[in-house]
Amino acid sequence: MSTRIALRSVALTYLGVLVVVPLAMIFYRTFEDGFVAFFESVTTPAAISAISLSLTIVAIVVPLNVVFGLVTALALARGNFPGKGLLQAVVDLPFAVSPVIVGVALILFWGNDGWLGGAFPVIFSLPGMVLATVFVTLPFVVREVEPVLREIGTEQEEAASTLGASRWQTFWRITLPAIRVGVGYGVVLTVARSLGEFGALTVVAGGVAGESQTLTLLVHARYIDDHNTFGAYSAATVLMGLALVTLVLMTLLERRREA
Amino acid sequence: MASLAVPKPPARTRRSLGGGVGPIGLGVATLWLSLIVLLPLAAVLTKSLEGGLGGFWDAISAPSARYALLLTTAISALVALINVVTGTLIAWVLVRDDFRGKSLVNAIIDLPFALPTIVASIVLLSLYGPRSPVGIHLYATKPAVILALAFVTLPFVVRSVQPVLMEVDREAEQAAASLGASGWTTFRRIILPALYPALLGGAGLAFARAIGEFGSVVLIGGGIPRDTEVASQYIAKQIETDRPASAAAVSVALLLISFAVLFAIRWFTKRKDVG
Repeated sequence: MSTRIALRSVALTYLGVLVVVPLAMIFYRTFEDGFVAFFESVTTPAAISAISLSLTIVAIVVPLNVVFGLVTALALARGNFPGKGLLQAVVDLPFAVSPVIVGVALILFWGNDGWLGGAFPVIFSLPGMVLATVFVTLPFVVREVEPVLREIGTEQEEAASTLGASRWQTFWRITLPAIRVGVGYGVVLTVARSLGEFGALTVVAGGVAGESQTLTLLVHARYIDDHNTFGAYSAATVLMGLALVTLVLMTLLERRREA
Repeated sequence: MASLAVPKPPARTRRSLGGGVGPIGLGVATLWLSLIVLLPLAAVLTKSLEGGLGGFWDAISAPSARYALLLTTAISALVALINVVTGTLIAWVLVRDDFRGKSLVNAIIDLPFALPTIVASIVLLSLYGPRSPVGIHLYATKPAVILALAFVTLPFVVRSVQPVLMEVDREAEQAAASLGASGWTTFRRIILPALYPALLGGAGLAFARAIGEFGSVVLIGGGIPRDTEVASQYIAKQIETDRPASAAAVSVALLLISFAVLFAIRWFTKRKDVG
């Protein structure tokens, strides 16, 4: 019994020192001067533009990942072709690549001295930030949907097509409803990761306030360049709030998946 | 067994090339993955070999580069080890213990995955940084880097060990205990062997995450060359100072280390499963 209490104390202390107390600290620092100060700090023109840029990136990345993620998941779960193992490995690659290396890769491929010789001016602008974010979030939808596709099998789809349904009808009426929780989970993960991406963006984004500065870049710039610690804490708290929403959505979807 | 789980309707061999999406869908998926992931990474590889193998070697053995690579590898290994101990402990408490607020603690484990890495950095700074209310000043020290990496890798081992611990055969434990084995002996002889694959897998993921980590280290680590500068910070600095070939070479070295570890672990756990 005493061992149990001891183990519990050690585990909870570790979590407290590492996660809980630092989080509580930043909340305290953000709101110690009252809510108004926080609100003013996150509604400056630079902050508003950072928030809207972050949301714009999410709004572009999510549909891209859903559409191409579904196509890839279907090909991987249902297809049988040479090189499938390789394709599987490529899907997992972004998890193993450092975000900074993602940025380097995009510059060396799309940039002025890159493979494409700067034919598409994407670096230091919105398309480059979108490409970086798509890279790091690419596995989520595929990896959430593919196992569900395997599990549901093809019987219902075959029945539908035997009864004369077109491929689109089968997809919309049979396949999509069956995988929607998986898609939802993948989207939530994609949104969270997109809002939080930093390393790849520091390399490919210009980071100009009001133009190419996302929320995460704003946190960094306020802390390092402006020595505005409070402003950095406030912007970080906004990001934390968004992360908490994500966590709640994840828990809800997890329950639905288990039900 | 695994191949049986994939139903392949024999009458549809023509369509099964790309599965439900057909050959066009397969082509779209391949093109997408190539354009987003594969070709940019290939560009890194060719850039790193621009000056031949000699140039590659010179770039990664420059004093600051070599120091950053060694530091990153050593600290990542240490963090993986820390996670093996604390992760197993936390998983144990979550599975075997019972107390009020346990489900809240369980939810906290996922927080580091949900939080942006830059937030992790600033969160730790608020407590252990220059204005530390508890008088612990870790800014720009190696312990700060370890702390940041332990924060972002927290969920890996816990989440890989937890389900296995739930499945472990309680009867063998009870038998061991009734034969007079102490709690520690039972854990070491009965439970730990069952956990090995999960522990290795979790530790490998934690290592791979730590070795490429940037956002959580960037504020609290200080990035002092040949002291606290990790490899990803070094790479970012090379890009800033317009030395892309050097950035590419260190990137490739970092990727190779991370792939080698992931492959070794996959190979080891597979062999363990068979044997």
